[in-house]
Amino acid sequence: MGDAEIIPIGTRGRPGRGTGKQPSSAARDLAAGRRARPTATEKDETLGEPTPEVPAAAPATGVQPVEPGPAPAPRPPVTTEERDARGVPLSDWLAAFQHAAREVFGDQWEPQLARLLAFLRRRVTGDYVVDEYGFDEEVTQRFFMAALRPVAEKWFRIEVRGIENIPADGGALVVSNHSGTVPVDGLMTMVSIHDHTGRYLRPLGADLVFRTPLLSTLARKGGATLACNEDAERMLRGGELVGVWPEGFKGIGKPYSDRYKLQRFGRGGFVSAAIRTGVPIVPLSVVGAEEIYPLVGNIPSLARLLGLPYVPITPFFPLLGPLGLLPLPSKWLLEFGEPVRTDEYDAGAADDPMLVFNVTDQVRESIQQSLYTLLMQRQSVFR
Amino acid sequence: MTSGRVVLVTGVSRDLGRRFARSLAAEPSVGRVIGVDVVPPRGDLGDVSFVRADIRNPVIAKVIAKEDVDTVVHMSVIATPASAGGRGTMKELNVIGTMQLLAACQKATSVQHLVVKSTTTVYGASNRDPAMFTEDMEPRRAPRSGYAKDVAEIEGYVRGFARRRSDVRVTQLRCANVIGPHVSSPITSYFRLPVIPTVVGHDPRLQFLHEDDLLAVLRHATVEDVPGTFNVAGDGVLMLSQAVRRLRRATVAMPAPAVGGLGSVLRRARVADFSPEQLAFLTYGRGVDTTRMRAVLGFEPAYTTAEAFADFGRSLPPTGGHADRVLAAVEEQLERGAARPLPAAPASVVPHPARPATADPEGADHG
Repeated sequence: MGDAEIIPIGTRGRPGRGTGKQPSSAARDLAAGRRARPTATEKDETLGEPTPEVPAAAPATGVQPVEPGPAPAPRPPVTTEERDARGVPLSDWLAAFQHAAREVFGDQWEPQLARLLAFLRRRVTGDYVVDEYGFDEEVTQRFFMAALRPVAEKWFRIEVRGIENIPADGGALVVSNHSGTVPVDGLMTMVSIHDHTGRYLRPLGADLVFRTPLLSTLARKGGATLACNEDAERMLRGGELVGVWPEGFKGIGKPYSDRYKLQRFGRGGFVSAAIRTGVPIVPLSVVGAEEIYPLVGNIPSLARLLGLPYVPITPFFPLLGPLGLLPLPSKWLLEFGEPVRTDEYDAGAADDPMLVFNVTDQVRESIQQSLYTLLMQRQSVFR
Repeated sequence: MTSGRVVLVTGVSRDLGRRFARSLAAEPSVGRVIGVDVVPPRGDLGDVSFVRADIRNPVIAKVIAKEDVDTVVHMSVIATPASAGGRGTMKELNVIGTMQLLAACQKATSVQHLVVKSTTTVYGASNRDPAMFTEDMEPRRAPRSGYAKDVAEIEGYVRGFARRRSDVRVTQLRCANVIGPHVSSPITSYFRLPVIPTVVGHDPRLQFLHEDDLLAVLRHATVEDVPGTFNVAGDGVLMLSQAVRRLRRATVAMPAPAVGGLGSVLRRARVADFSPEQLAFLTYGRGVDTTRMRAVLGFEPAYTTAEAFADFGRSLPPTGGHADRVLAAVEEQLERGAARPLPAAPASVVPHPARPATADPEGADHG
């Protein structure tokens, strides 16, 4: 082989991504002395002056061969220093965390945060108590009620009347009309009663609720149980405030044209449960829930296929897709009526169908009457 | 004649049966205890005399007649097909065995007491269940297969026996899922899985009975003369989600058919004795009312459901629980932070003490 010309590739072991004529700016920065950056304008100026430094001048002419020449001589050995390997130090995290905590919880952040942490730890270690129906008071109060409260207060602007008709303690049966395609009225009644009296309403739900995934979990945690005589009586005996919607799916799934017309009140099972346990029946009339999802149609074949009582069509659903799931912001009125006493009946009265039907009708009539009264008083659906 | 009662206990080859027979032999009012099973027990039987007999054939009648048995405790109701040698054998042992045993008892005039260990599985599990089953309630859906059906048939035979031999005191104990460090049953093998499959969107309520309480209630029912059917369970309920969190076990939520499929794969692989009827239980759960146990039977379990479960969980190594460890670390850091004097800065503009110190060199590094 002859004299092969060696063409240097890269920077010949010098750091930085230089052009070969000139070390890169990063490389120069690493060099000692931290000279001012020789930018293009600076270079022009330096041409006129006598340059004190040799290395900067040489590349500045721009016509020199690849020759590295002066570069190695003044450059001190390049050393790199290990930066903090852990990224942001723990103390920073802690400080940021404390700052955030102070922002969120205010000045009393420390006990507040300690409480929150204790709560979270209780949850993740399962160290909490549920009652025999699966009611989880802690999660109901902290999450369900907190989530529903703004909806009740801001969206539906619920006005509650006659709350004094709910006994402060002991068993009672709240019987309400049912409407709105989706049982939002039950949830709103729960949060309204809790906020006004501090008591939890224990709703009785259809078996469909306990068959549906997720819904069954939420229902039990929220305090619901199956609508059957055994559970109703058990809860009432236990001194709970129990809520029933005797119209069931006939009530919530009725067409918009039938709004505020009470449907059949089942077999009156709720009345016999109340008579057996001797608790008062508190009639509740809900105005406003009918308008949240005006049900104008139904797809019975699809409902049969899915095993649902109905598949609703509203003016906005399924037309607008998920947006159609937003309930209309109607103004709600909840009126608790005069309690119907059942403790004066004797023990056998619950097995007297005629008496049970009479009491059922009495409750139904009182709800229907107060519905009409409330509708007369209401200025408009949304105000 | 020996003084005291002569008790025949079936199903002593298994651990709980053996321990019960031994503890019964120590009772002062009990003279003799005869243990019966098809295979000899693995452990020490103590004072219990073991008779190797199959309750599925009439030999058992001879044992009862010869030994002049006055009390029969039927514990040989098997829930685990694998230990019995397959579902077919299990059903035969359960149903035919009970039939033969009761037929023998009916013939034997000496028999005065019958105690049957039944289970709350007879109530089934469905979305139409009441929250708490009392003894006079029926299952909402009659069981069609498996252990639940066996137990339903066994209870039917026991009712028939009680009708025909009205002079015999019959006590049926419907026990909730027995749990404890030594118990091997479908539910304990389920909780022993390293990752616990759950049915997505369902959180069943569970009740447990500690193994010591099972032995105690059987002893109580044998010695005390209280006829009837009783639910036996520890106080309170646990949700499945709560139970696995307490075990610090990892879970994986799956749709119900997938859980069932996985269960049968595990059973075939002999990893866990996961029976298909457990799927309904793990979806809907079950609660039983124990008022009668306290008021009529006069029995008080020593362990609540939660305590029994905690005792069971003590023997299990946790496989999950990372979230708790993270929270515990945060708590500890906070406490340490609280111990240090903090910069008393207003909420709005907080100059962090540590931040500028590290920000400078960083800036220098990048040039």
